[in-house]
Amino acid sequence: MSRLIATRRLVSNIFVPRLATRAFCTDAPAKLNDVPSGSHFNKEPEGDERFMNDVPQHDIAIVGGGMVGMALACSLASMPLTKHLSIAIIDSNPALSNGPLIKKDDPPDPRVSTVTPATISLFKDIGAWEHVEQHRHAYFDKMQVWDYTGFGYTKYNARDADKDVLGCVVENKVLHKSLLSCLQNKDFNSTIYPTRLSSLSLPTRSVSSAGGSVSSTSSKNLANLAKLDLSDGTNLYAKLVVGADGSKSRVRELAGIKTTGWNYSQSAVICTVEHPTENFCAWQRFLPAGPIALLPIGDNFSNIVWTMSPKDASNHKIMNEVDFVKAVNHALDSGYGPRPESRVFGGDVLSSFFRPDVTSSVHERFEPPPKVVRLVSDRMAFPLSLMHANQYASKRMVLIGDAAHTVHPLAGQGVNMGYGDVSSLSNVIADGVAVGSDIGEVTLLKKYEAERKTANIAMMAVLDGFQKAYSVDFGPINILRAAAFNGANVFAPLKRNIISYASGERRLPFLS
Amino acid sequence: MFSRMFARTSFKHAVVEGFQPLIRHRRYATAASLNQTEVAKFAAMADSWWDLEGPFKPLHAMNPARLTFIRSTLCRHFGKDPFSARPFEGLKFVDVGCGGGILSEPLARMGASVTGIDVVEKNITIARLHADLDPVASSIEYRCTTAENLVEEQMTFDAVIALEVIEHVSAPAEFCKSLSALTASNGATVVSTVNRSMRAYASTIVAAEYILQWLPKGTHQWSSFITPEELVLTLQRASISVEEMAGFDFDPLTGQWSITDDISVQYIAFGIKNS
Repeated sequence: MSRLIATRRLVSNIFVPRLATRAFCTDAPAKLNDVPSGSHFNKEPEGDERFMNDVPQHDIAIVGGGMVGMALACSLASMPLTKHLSIAIIDSNPALSNGPLIKKDDPPDPRVSTVTPATISLFKDIGAWEHVEQHRHAYFDKMQVWDYTGFGYTKYNARDADKDVLGCVVENKVLHKSLLSCLQNKDFNSTIYPTRLSSLSLPTRSVSSAGGSVSSTSSKNLANLAKLDLSDGTNLYAKLVVGADGSKSRVRELAGIKTTGWNYSQSAVICTVEHPTENFCAWQRFLPAGPIALLPIGDNFSNIVWTMSPKDASNHKIMNEVDFVKAVNHALDSGYGPRPESRVFGGDVLSSFFRPDVTSSVHERFEPPPKVVRLVSDRMAFPLSLMHANQYASKRMVLIGDAAHTVHPLAGQGVNMGYGDVSSLSNVIADGVAVGSDIGEVTLLKKYEAERKTANIAMMAVLDGFQKAYSVDFGPINILRAAAFNGANVFAPLKRNIISYASGERRLPFLS
Repeated sequence: MFSRMFARTSFKHAVVEGFQPLIRHRRYATAASLNQTEVAKFAAMADSWWDLEGPFKPLHAMNPARLTFIRSTLCRHFGKDPFSARPFEGLKFVDVGCGGGILSEPLARMGASVTGIDVVEKNITIARLHADLDPVASSIEYRCTTAENLVEEQMTFDAVIALEVIEHVSAPAEFCKSLSALTASNGATVVSTVNRSMRAYASTIVAAEYILQWLPKGTHQWSSFITPEELVLTLQRASISVEEMAGFDFDPLTGQWSITDDISVQYIAFGIKNS
């Protein structure tokens, strides 16, 4: 029995329909699938996907078009092996479709991220960093960390690890818009579905022994794919579903993946503030209830991330602006305890012993952070928790970003871990395409999981350790922390290790 | 078991055979590639070809490494762009001893027009069933036949690929001649097999079959393994000059195979048919 098979756009350029013989199913009527005339979403007239039974099929469906989901789309678009893949992005955020312009005069949005050098190189590789640089962004090369006890402080300088910058602070909307522009500029087959995912069905068993069910090939094909039902009633099929839909991931829930984690009994208050002069350094002071971080965002503005108990967080959110500014200055400098003494290295017996290993920033004195004069944005508060999905991948489904893990913001690593996931997953997909694998095959996806799980868990352990170490106000522990501050400040190898791990250069801590 | 040992002519065979379970060599004169005991062995395992946790798990794990070698050598030989997602567009390949199609399907996804042949009918059935799940793979032509029959039909292909087959055929030299006849002039022939070395005995038979039990006992017989020198000479006599060879190495920590220069256990050879 001969049958014409209409294949998808992948081969449509060169392909000629071919005849194939089948050992069974001789009674099934010859089914000729053709492309329906109407198309639903923004498609070129040339015809992007072949429609099997009127339902669109894509190679990859990215659920969640946020910073991390869009980065994955851009990353796939930028590699020669994957740029032919047909991607669907499912996100009801209107910013994706018509993208409001970011006005330069707007004050900085309080939702910002500190991107590490590793993330900056990912963005450069995919061609999105040039878009980021057209908007407000702030590189910083210095960081000072101390606590309320005044026993010690650490100053980090990018020069200690022979780098130019420690990181760059960018508003989330700028990152997102840059990725969107980058994707639109590429000749890439991506379709945005401005709706939500309502249900998902993943195939269970791939092939069973020949049972006599005479089903047509097209429905057998579809039974082997993941089916997504969207809330506006459309369906689509995909070889791989990527869950990039944040910490309350619907994909993770529908795939039945359990998580481990706990809530920190802390919330973070974020806002944008203004200084009299420009701020070039990142500041973090650990207070008894949690750290307060001051990050430069550009011009005279800085972003505040202040961790405290949930009750205090709601108080700080509603108090009037003048009182809030006073509270911020109190937390950054004047209150809770003394300033650490500047320990300038040198002049004692120990210094001659350690001289070759000492970093240049050891000679820098403790600097008080710049004074905050004005609040320029709304204050937002959100609860903090640690979460880690027990699995990142299963058949035809994979999780990236906050859908797979969330962390405490105390080291600015959260979204950077997500970008690490993007980098790893796009390489794994490219490797799979190179050897002709089915990209939804679980053994391929497990390679991504193995690579990222170790790195993410290590980072989470370190951050959780810090969070616990700094929530204890107990004499001996305070001294230990002070010793740690001073040790990190003085010993160059340790400082270099810390900087390079936090910059995303190394996957695991404590291994050189 | 002991009577069989003493009936053997060479001592080396006896030592080796002593470890084998009850499978006896029987050479059939029907076709150079058919060895009935081997056929029966594979027919018994046919249902589990695509069970990724089943007895074919090591083969599935090795697949990416084999495909990397094939992709790299064939792209270079045919002058194709290695960064293309479908570099083999327009080329005709034959996968001799395709089994359940674990090599044929990726090759089809890489753009080749693939014909898969196997002597076990059940394998072809399973292969067709699985290939139908993917529109790209359903273009593969599967046939239950031997390489010799294809030669009689005077078919030729741009690349003839016979991986992990030659150690299961009864007359390797004739088999290589068939592979050569199927290869178009200046086409490529890729053969992979297990080396007849002590290390290979330790890993593929003792470790894989007896200790780790990845493969059913009796899957491989050490006396059928072929050394790289023998393979090169055999192929040379069949007008194929071997250009590149690589070995496969297994990393137990990651569970992944990689390509290596060490051909002492499992190896793959790429040759060009003399024109």
